[in-house]
Amino acid sequence: MQSSFDLNASFAALADPTRRAILARLAMGEATVNELAKPFEMTQPAISQHLKVLEEAGLITQRVDGTKRPRRLAKAGIEAMDQWLGMLRKALEKNYDRLDEVLAAMEPNKSGFTKKEKKR
Amino acid sequence: MNTVTKLTLKTEGDTHIIVTRRFAAPPEAVYRAHTDPKLIQKWLLGPEGWTMPVCINDARPGGKFRYEWSHPKQGSFHITGEFIELKPYSKIVHVERMHLPDPTPDNHVETRFAPDGEGTLMTMRMTLPDEQTRKMMLSTGMEHGMEASYARLETVI
Repeated sequence: MQSSFDLNASFAALADPTRRAILARLAMGEATVNELAKPFEMTQPAISQHLKVLEEAGLITQRVDGTKRPRRLAKAGIEAMDQWLGMLRKALEKNYDRLDEVLAAMEPNKSGFTKKEKKR
Repeated sequence: MNTVTKLTLKTEGDTHIIVTRRFAAPPEAVYRAHTDPKLIQKWLLGPEGWTMPVCINDARPGGKFRYEWSHPKQGSFHITGEFIELKPYSKIVHVERMHLPDPTPDNHVETRFAPDGEGTLMTMRMTLPDEQTRKMMLSTGMEHGMEASYARLETVI
């Protein structure tokens, strides 16, 4: 797992529609700043700023190709976020499925719901 | 039935997670299952294979709790926490941290139980852990049976 990946930064980065569109474009393949700027009708510095946020969140990476710096998706970043949320969801689903059974077993004894509240 | 009780999990801003789940029992029962150690021990177990040999709590404002989990292969860990607010049968506010073995930053959790027809709608709001905490949680082995496909970020992508 990538050490620079920060979950909170990733969510902040994904909150912006332009940045989500950039990620969607990069999902189709590597692209330079120029290529990314075109469809968005934005200046290069504006795009670069968005790229910087995405990079700091661990969602994209760049490589050096002569004078160009093509960006691409950092798979590890996206997957790490998915992985943690997946773990949480799975654990909660298991918990609450079991809780359904616990509640079903309590059902016949309705008075039991309220009698046991101890004030200590 | 399944669509009615299906769990939702969404991020709120960049700092919180909101979980909702419906139950076919009244709020009194769901609340009690969240506060009575004997009941908690039966369901708050996470992935298959984990048990909770220790479940101690003092369910009153300021009261502490300690829950310990154990797995035959993955080892064990525990959380400690304090209840901040308990409003029978509608609301529980608490903080908790995992000990792995060093304590993780406090997770502030607010759980609400609202009547929903014959049943209950539970809404839980919790803190998104930082990267370090998230990694340690994964390394406890709690990821057993995890499927990344479960975690589509419907809200953001």
